[in-house]
Amino acid sequence: MSKSVNFITRNFGKYDVSSIGSYMNIGGFDALKKAVTMTGEDIAATIAEAKIKGRGGAAYDMGRKWAQAKAVVAEKKVIICNADEGEPCTFKDRALIEKDPFNLIEGMIIAGYTVDAQDGYIYMREEYSHLRPLLLNAIRQAKTYGFLGTNILGKGFNFNIHLYSGAGAYVCGEGTALIRSLEGKAGRPRMKPPFIKQSGLFARPTCVNNVESLAIVAPLLLDDKKEYLSYGSGESIGTKLVSVGGNVNTPGVFEIPFGTTVREIVYDMAGGIKGDHTIRLIQFGGASGKIASSRILDTPYTYDDLKKAGVTVGSGAILVVDDRTSVLNFLRTTQAFFSHESCGQCTPCREGNRHIKLILEKLAANTHRNEDITALKKIVKLMAMSSLCGLGESAENALLSAMQQFPDVFEVK
Amino acid sequence: MEMVNIKINNIPLEVEKGTKILEAAKKIHIDIPHLCYHPDQKVKAHCRICCVEVAGNRRLLAACSTEVWEGMEIHTDTQIVRDTQVGILQLILANHEQNCLTCARNQNCDLQRLCSRFNILKSNLPDVCDHLPVQDTNPSIVRDPSKCIKCGRCVRACKDVQGVCALTYAGRSDSISVTTAYNKPLEETDCILCGQCSIVCPTGAIVEKDDTQKVLDVLQDPKKHVIVQVAPSVRVALGDDFKLGQGTIVTGQMVAALKMLGFDRVFDTNFGADMTIMEEGAELLDRIQHGGKLPMITSCSPGWVNYMEKHYGDFTAHLSSAKSPQQIFGAISKTYYPKQAGIDPKNIVTVSIMPCTAKKAEAARPEMGRDGMQDVDIVLTTRELTKLIKYVGLNFENLEPAEFDSPLGSGSGAAVIFGTTGGVMEAALRTVYEKVTGKELKSVDFKDVRGFQGIKEATVKLGSQEIKVAIAHTLVNAKKVMEAIKAGTCDYTFIEIMACPGGCIGGGGQPIDTTMDIKKLRMDSLYDIDKNNTIRKSHENPDIQTVYKDFLGEPLSEKAHELLHTHYHKVKKQHDFSYLKPEEIYSI
Repeated sequence: MSKSVNFITRNFGKYDVSSIGSYMNIGGFDALKKAVTMTGEDIAATIAEAKIKGRGGAAYDMGRKWAQAKAVVAEKKVIICNADEGEPCTFKDRALIEKDPFNLIEGMIIAGYTVDAQDGYIYMREEYSHLRPLLLNAIRQAKTYGFLGTNILGKGFNFNIHLYSGAGAYVCGEGTALIRSLEGKAGRPRMKPPFIKQSGLFARPTCVNNVESLAIVAPLLLDDKKEYLSYGSGESIGTKLVSVGGNVNTPGVFEIPFGTTVREIVYDMAGGIKGDHTIRLIQFGGASGKIASSRILDTPYTYDDLKKAGVTVGSGAILVVDDRTSVLNFLRTTQAFFSHESCGQCTPCREGNRHIKLILEKLAANTHRNEDITALKKIVKLMAMSSLCGLGESAENALLSAMQQFPDVFEVK
Repeated sequence: MEMVNIKINNIPLEVEKGTKILEAAKKIHIDIPHLCYHPDQKVKAHCRICCVEVAGNRRLLAACSTEVWEGMEIHTDTQIVRDTQVGILQLILANHEQNCLTCARNQNCDLQRLCSRFNILKSNLPDVCDHLPVQDTNPSIVRDPSKCIKCGRCVRACKDVQGVCALTYAGRSDSISVTTAYNKPLEETDCILCGQCSIVCPTGAIVEKDDTQKVLDVLQDPKKHVIVQVAPSVRVALGDDFKLGQGTIVTGQMVAALKMLGFDRVFDTNFGADMTIMEEGAELLDRIQHGGKLPMITSCSPGWVNYMEKHYGDFTAHLSSAKSPQQIFGAISKTYYPKQAGIDPKNIVTVSIMPCTAKKAEAARPEMGRDGMQDVDIVLTTRELTKLIKYVGLNFENLEPAEFDSPLGSGSGAAVIFGTTGGVMEAALRTVYEKVTGKELKSVDFKDVRGFQGIKEATVKLGSQEIKVAIAHTLVNAKKVMEAIKAGTCDYTFIEIMACPGGCIGGGGQPIDTTMDIKKLRMDSLYDIDKNNTIRKSHENPDIQTVYKDFLGEPLSEKAHELLHTHYHKVKKQHDFSYLKPEEIYSI
């Protein structure tokens, strides 16, 4: 019995995604019309009230982010929609763009209005190039209808949206790398400060939001019945899109109310494990996420409960791996990914990934010794503690959690 | 000025708001280890070895990039900090060509110093170094990619100081490298061989081409008459390498050391500098009076000349045709000097000690010589002279000061300030003023042309005429001047350009660890030498007067043209993007 809901995804399949008229027939742009009667502060407060946390993976308080962006005094500000969705097994943003492009556009315009930005940039991963015509069409139509351009809805508010494609680097999902890439530079992260909110794209104050974060905005503003707030509890209010993949029968994107158990997600929504296999491990939040054993199945999917169980929401990905894949081989695959995707600038990540890969190969060949495990632990810690950006910091999350959850893998025989 | 209170290792201190942790720690004499950090550069925060613990932070913070805040509690020597420092060193070492004993930077290497400091006795990590071949195909700079620690200091120097961008990062993850476009040898790129990369490199990945052995060999050859000239800026920089105090004037010890090394004559590039002023000054007046190409731009700095030839090849007519002091000295040393001394010029070997890597390439230019002989045979940088002095075991600090030999060992105060930005201009003005007006210049100090400002301007009254002059150092600033010339908006008559920051005192061949603070001391010392010199104008140098009387005739005479002037030409850029449309160029 599926417990999935339709709040953020309320428009999926309900209108012709190539037609703004069709979108407006089901209430499209009503949220924007409402938003322009509010102040930016009020909109940020509404977001804060729903305790929405950034849906890209960092889980930063979105209401606070918008309030901060609004408070920055600058002639020009920028909104960026991070549609780089590079975390393996994460494909919820793709669904949001594919099935409800106008809702994303509307969310971005509201974001621009809230923080007084003049320009919005969608940075979409190269692999989603097939969605470019869809978004470009949506932007064009929104402009024709006066929802983009100058003096929007007669409120003296000017805003334009630009669509850019990445070039395939995972690290460009990181804010500073994304901005460098947008500026036409090599997509490598830079140190902070300056922080993006003060000096981001073209040195302008910049507010970066994930696709899902922006997609919540319009339905939330129109949610007079407070439906969204009725879901979940504590710090995890509302609904969340998860993308479930791996060895499940019906992988896909599901909108769940916070508090749904992992078991319900994996078995009721994603159809359970293929064949008569058992779960070896589940990785939460993409390749940079931590892994857990099947003991996590009855944990409610909330920020706090997952944290207690040793994993995080991250990107919303849930990768189910059955007993046909060993923990070690899973880790080697994850490691291969990071060894490929590190930008190479900072020492811990560049050299650390290289050596961890070598040590995992030794483990696979069963030629490892105690000092290899010691070195492994040291490097993992060093990378997490001292890397320049989030990639190096989180690259060994899977390995770190595997050492706790599956210690026998690392025993020296 | 807003101050904040912080604690470092429980020691309370008050520092200016905006101070970085690394700088704050220096104030209480704690040296937080660092590799990519350089005081004259933008912070990169790449190497991560400066990471420290800050109370309330889950992760370590980079001391080079993190500004202190009120109440910040910093710990620089906890277990996790130490583990990180040692761990990072071990990671770097595993990917580093560890032939320290035969490395150009042995005992002068930041990485080596840190390994010594942290007592790295062994590393458990396997050797993952690619052991790439050394690239030494140009006369000036050698690259050893296997020693590169990817700190990015050279990339910054090439981009931010020179605006040349010959060096850049390529690739990613463990195959990232610091390299040139298409991995071409430096000389086939936009590189101008200034060596600013070599002076900021923390290891031996970019070093000067070592020619010390050549000098040691000729000094052992009894048939050869080996003479040496020393550039003005070397005498205020060499002392750094011998712990004599930064910027100390060590002319006497330096000359003594060169004599003890076995040079037959120790001469001074200042002589060449005075002669350059005679020729360049006359050329400037000639151009002003006869409608020649203006503004005229100095050509003493070979890095700058290379830049002009590669980047502004259609404007080389603006360059003064007078050779640089090194080359003028060289020409005299192979013509006038042997005649005077009764030596066959074929047996003369002219060595020069320069603050500069590009001077090696300048000496090797085919037009710089005659009868199958180069005017200057071997060029050593300041750093290589240090090596020679150490090689023969001289206790440099305690050497009895000695004097330059005659006749090519004399120089005016005007000549010695060639070593700093603004110096050539000031020297030229002192002579040109008197030549034009026929009156004695009472106050010889042109204060407007001194200092470290990127582009300096001054208006000078030459009799009835006023001319506007400018001085630029670093090629980022040179580019601004050239763009103005290109746009036709430049109203200068005479421009001095030096490729390196601060001029030769900041040359790419100067001692490692040259910073702007140290360059300031060197600059002050050069002006002190000038001030204390009894002769302060090039044309008053009696030895120069003698050479003109006995040998050259007048400045710009046929003989002078043949020996002391040259020509420059356009060098085709390796990466010509002119076939692209403007918008495509923008996207590169």
